[in-house]
Amino acid sequence: MSIILEAQNVVKRYAGHTALSGVSIQVPQGSIFGLLGPNGAGKTSLIRIINQITGPDEGQIILDGERLQPKHIEVIGYLPEERGLYKKMKVGEQLLYLAQLKGMPKAEAVEKLKAWFIKFDIKGWWDKNVEDLSKGMQQKTQFIATIVHEPKLVILDEPFSGFDPINANLLKDEILALKEKGTTIIFSTHRMESVEELCDNIALINKSKVVLSGEKKEVKNRFRDNTFNLEYSGALAPIEGVFEILSAKNVEGITKAKVRLLDGTNANQFLGQAIQQVDLKAFNENIPSFNEIFIKVVGEDANTIL
Amino acid sequence: MNKILLIIQREYITRVKKKSFWIASILVPFLIAAVYTIPVLLFVNSDDSRNVIVLDDSKLFKGKLNSEGDYTYIYSEKTLEEAKKDLKKSNDDIVVHIEKDILMNPKGVQILGKKTVGIGTQHAIQGKIQNELRNIKLKNAGIDLKVLEDNKINVDAQTYTLNEDGGEKSSNSGGAMILGGIFGFLLYLSAFLYGSQVMNGVIEEKSNRIIEVVVSSVRPFQLMLGKIIGVGMVGLTQFLLWGVLTFTASTVTSSIMSGKIEEKVQAKVKAGLSKDEIKKFEASVKSENPLNSISDAIENVSLGKMIFCFILYYLGGYLLYSSLFAAIGSAVESPSEAQQFMFPVTIPIILSFILAQFILQKPDSPIAFWASIIPLTSPIDMMVRLPFGVSNWEIALSLTLLILGFIGTTWLAGKVYRVGILMYGKKPSWKEITKWVFYKG
Repeated sequence: MSIILEAQNVVKRYAGHTALSGVSIQVPQGSIFGLLGPNGAGKTSLIRIINQITGPDEGQIILDGERLQPKHIEVIGYLPEERGLYKKMKVGEQLLYLAQLKGMPKAEAVEKLKAWFIKFDIKGWWDKNVEDLSKGMQQKTQFIATIVHEPKLVILDEPFSGFDPINANLLKDEILALKEKGTTIIFSTHRMESVEELCDNIALINKSKVVLSGEKKEVKNRFRDNTFNLEYSGALAPIEGVFEILSAKNVEGITKAKVRLLDGTNANQFLGQAIQQVDLKAFNENIPSFNEIFIKVVGEDANTIL
Repeated sequence: MNKILLIIQREYITRVKKKSFWIASILVPFLIAAVYTIPVLLFVNSDDSRNVIVLDDSKLFKGKLNSEGDYTYIYSEKTLEEAKKDLKKSNDDIVVHIEKDILMNPKGVQILGKKTVGIGTQHAIQGKIQNELRNIKLKNAGIDLKVLEDNKINVDAQTYTLNEDGGEKSSNSGGAMILGGIFGFLLYLSAFLYGSQVMNGVIEEKSNRIIEVVVSSVRPFQLMLGKIIGVGMVGLTQFLLWGVLTFTASTVTSSIMSGKIEEKVQAKVKAGLSKDEIKKFEASVKSENPLNSISDAIENVSLGKMIFCFILYYLGGYLLYSSLFAAIGSAVESPSEAQQFMFPVTIPIILSFILAQFILQKPDSPIAFWASIIPLTSPIDMMVRLPFGVSNWEIALSLTLLILGFIGTTWLAGKVYRVGILMYGKKPSWKEITKWVFYKG
């Protein structure tokens, strides 16, 4: 898979603090890339550098094999976390203006916008003032502004914040549709369920450094700790060298337990042992959620993880 | 470059579409027209003729208080009591009672009116009596009346300006003062008006949170420049509209005025007034209209030069100050927060306005010279000086410095702006803003 965007050792310092210290990420073409991290970790700083709103103090950004330069503005679509619209302007005029700022010729922009208005079923909005729109309507408008120029790379900073479930689903569908068309999407969030659902790759930034990155599955694998959940009736005793019981709880005759396999025991070997002792009802591997990973990584000292 | 044009277009169109723009553009010329039309019309239409009954106990003034202008003096032998009684019934307006010992006691004059006696009337009658009293006293002292007549000299000096080729032109310093004052005031107003429009536009973009979307498409400097130029063009449009509409309105009103004046003159001719008196009347009507002395002053300095300089100084001054206002706007999140930062920027504007009063009195003093050369004050103060005649090298020097000045402030403002627009949540201090200037990238 080719890399569309690469950050190489990006450093950004502000007067009082360092926002990014040697950050490197690689975003594969056509993927959905999750930029994770707690508030103030440096996500927005990195995004602003990619959008050429600010420049890095050190390091560089490579887009499509070239060093980032002003012409790249036109191939990026950006939905900032702090987003707004000109309140006194009409919806259509405003979108036309923003599309033209992204380098679209006027006639083409009108055509594309009309298509989006039809798609979102908002044909009557063109001449409405932005201040007369509801929040959900404004969010739709902002989203159209982000992608109307058909960017290769779409950057969404906390896209779901402030969305109601219906609009959030709509947005999710659009993100997936964009991916379908081959668009690369970077989105920053601290909502882990959307990472779970949408992302192919992730980078976790904490305290201005990348502390975890890679493919979603591979990252999850890294955090597997050979623990399994099982439900059974009867009594299970741990076997030295094979497994240990971490927790067990009996509810109405069924015991729910968490066990860890030891010394290279695989699941089959464990099951062979277990069914001799108890009547097994359910069994599955305990794969950590991104929520758990996030809390584990950010909560602990980042250096001991990597 | 293309993107700056887009920004200019948006800034211009959204403002020109506003109702408030058109209200100001149309209302101001009519107010200006009203300011010079109303005094003339009031003067022409006023019917202030008064019948003044004179009760002269001293018997000194008989036949001496000639009817003049609006006042017709009628001598009466009635007693004060009778006159008071009759005044209520008659068409007469005023009774003047001159006491017997008026020569010894100048306070012995009473003026009684049907209605309250206005200060103008009081002065007119007082002056009349005072004049005659003086004549009587001088005559008593043995001075010939003929000498007295010869002594009535009116000095009316003509001022002239030397041309570059040594010839002389009659100048009109009164008109130049009015014209200079108007220019100064317009530029003073525009610095505030359009400067604060730029500032509020920046604050709007920041508080609306549209700014980050926009600066991901254009450089912050382009956005700032586009906004400044767009608003500046709105200002030029407004001045153009004001110019055209004021011209139209004044053409209309002066034709109405000359019609009224003609009527009045005809009425005076009918009433049998002498030619001299009619001429006097026409002159006094003319003096009520400030436009006349201004048009005299415009003949002095060429109108083209004046308009040319006005546009250049407007643009220069506007660019200089509006970029500073833009920087302030970028640093704050609401107009009320902006107040504290506006103060230092408005000081030089107010200072140049104060200096302008001084320059109107002494347009060639060293202070006037320096105020019209130094960029912070030159936009207002040079325009104030201009109608008095300023040599071309001074204008060239002042414009060059002004251009350097606004390049400097725009550069500085751009540095502050690009950092400020993305700063939320903390109130900046001057120290903080100064630091922004030195931020990289």
